[in-house]
Amino acid sequence: MDILSNLAMGFGIALSPFTLMLAVAGCFLGTIIGALPGLGPSNGVAILIPLTFTMGLDATSALVLMTAVYYGAMYGGRISSILLNIPGDEPALMTTLDGYPMAKEGRAGDALVLSGVASFVGAFLATIGLMLLAPMLARVAFYFGPAEYFALYLLAFCTLGGMASNNQAKAALASCIGLAIAMIGVDNNSGMPRLTYGNMHLMDGVDFLVAIVGLFAIAEVFFFIESHGKGSSIGVKLDKVGIPWKDIMATKWTMLRASGVGFVAGILPGAGASLGSFLAYMSEKSLAGDKGGFGTGVPKGVAAPEAGNNAAAGGALVPMLTLGVPGSGTTAVLLALLMTLNITPGPTLFTDRPEVVWGLIASLLIANIVLLLMNVPMVKIFVKILMVPAWVLLPGVTMISFVGIYSLSGSYFDLLLMVGFGVLGYVLRKLDVPTVPVILGILLGGNMENALRRAMVLSDGDALFLWSSPIAIGLWIFAIAGFVAPMFMRGLLRKPQRITD
Amino acid sequence: MASDRIFGLVMLFLALAYMASATQIQTSFLADPVGPRAFPLLVGGVAALSSLVIMLRPDPDPDWPVARTFLSLGLAVVVLVAYAYALKPLGFVIPTAIAAGILSYQISPRPLAAALAGIGLSLGLFVLFKFALGLSLIGLPKGWF
Repeated sequence: MDILSNLAMGFGIALSPFTLMLAVAGCFLGTIIGALPGLGPSNGVAILIPLTFTMGLDATSALVLMTAVYYGAMYGGRISSILLNIPGDEPALMTTLDGYPMAKEGRAGDALVLSGVASFVGAFLATIGLMLLAPMLARVAFYFGPAEYFALYLLAFCTLGGMASNNQAKAALASCIGLAIAMIGVDNNSGMPRLTYGNMHLMDGVDFLVAIVGLFAIAEVFFFIESHGKGSSIGVKLDKVGIPWKDIMATKWTMLRASGVGFVAGILPGAGASLGSFLAYMSEKSLAGDKGGFGTGVPKGVAAPEAGNNAAAGGALVPMLTLGVPGSGTTAVLLALLMTLNITPGPTLFTDRPEVVWGLIASLLIANIVLLLMNVPMVKIFVKILMVPAWVLLPGVTMISFVGIYSLSGSYFDLLLMVGFGVLGYVLRKLDVPTVPVILGILLGGNMENALRRAMVLSDGDALFLWSSPIAIGLWIFAIAGFVAPMFMRGLLRKPQRITD
Repeated sequence: MASDRIFGLVMLFLALAYMASATQIQTSFLADPVGPRAFPLLVGGVAALSSLVIMLRPDPDPDWPVARTFLSLGLAVVVLVAYAYALKPLGFVIPTAIAAGILSYQISPRPLAAALAGIGLSLGLFVLFKFALGLSLIGLPKGWF
């Protein structure tokens, strides 16, 4: 009954009035961030990190606040998917397929409440799964040496590139861009500057927060300038919001199945929430058959991807906390948050700082319940917030990003770098090069190189040491399979097209 | 097609330049078997290879915006860079109002609304950051009051 006593300790931390207030505030803010078109979870969490940092919160409070924002944004994403047919982020895409048609039939309120309940089920089950699985995985992770860690990082890049992108070469290139940027700065082992080209500002390396805010938030502004903010007005009406008990009962098995599928997909390092919602939707679609009417606005088509998406968001926390390898773009941003707070994720986190882990898990459970209670009666308020026009929202986001990054170091160089990353993000996204591997590369590059170098020190330069344990060999096989296999399964994994009016 | 080929070529050159500068990294007497050069070289090598593949097997072209949109994107970058330089000497309020106003105008070209959005955002965010979040921002340039 280790888990229960740990959980009791976690609730002891998370239920203090101040932390509870942070969780509620985070949920509210997160739902707004998720609901606003053009501000997804990764975006929102990224621009808030520097601000929480300057507010001087301690590690646990900051973590509680930001995970509440993270879960809230996952909930909020469905609002713009259903009402505007604009997915707030990649995983929310599947919700538009049935959510928007359902809203057009005049059942927008039902779709919103149903998806809220499905989100709750998915996230709640995933948090329980996280509680059971993470300590076990943390024990396994103690057997990981540098060779295994190197293989694990490789696995993350390979699966991310393989599953989440349409073109392997472009995903690999994106990872390399990130890794190459991570190398800039003073080398840890020799103490010599590397690739700084004599620039004093680059001696510290490139701050990952600068890269994240640039690639996600600033790039988004360029996209809105290109499109002149079109397509961000509400096309469907929301009348009365009640609780559709019939639909909830009819989809209960769908929610449970989708949560299972989503959780497993979330655990795979690098695969993340997009795969979770995709697999959940597709498996329910094939289970229902042609008569299921998926794609025409059926409740099951709304419940499945939302449960899967939120379960995957919880599942993605498992590799992030136990191994330090994030499973999706947003967990990569959360990893950045942990690193900013000087918390090193990994197996030792569970033994050295149990208060952080269990406080986090308890606050996830609390956030979940708060979100459900908040989302059903207050959905109308969130819908009102959607009316904020793009020509106020996007300049506002830009200015908040600037202040956040400026408050980190107070140097204009970081701001210029951020604008540069914004331009890079625009070009990469235009060319269909995924930007999440770039972030992952910047975050993990230093660790990956250190793992390689430590392994070589241990073996005195014998490269075969990298494949010396069964765990390492297994990880290498998974990495190669994860990168190569999707090339042959392109047809199978093809994503359904977005519905256009 | 053409976009990917150009992109691949540019990235190939960048990767090669990166590898070339990686060979210039100084090693110290505290050398480990791998040293500080090997990993950057490896990353550059993989990047060069991926760039070659992108050049040889390009995807269809994306929808590039028309020349006028490119012009306004370029202007947006100029505004952001100028804003980055102006933030320290000129304080928060004035540069923010101007930059936010221009960005707003570029998203939706209505001068009055954009000007109001700029001024409103500037003052609203200043109050939020300064008094609600307690950041130490300089509102107006020193010596004005």
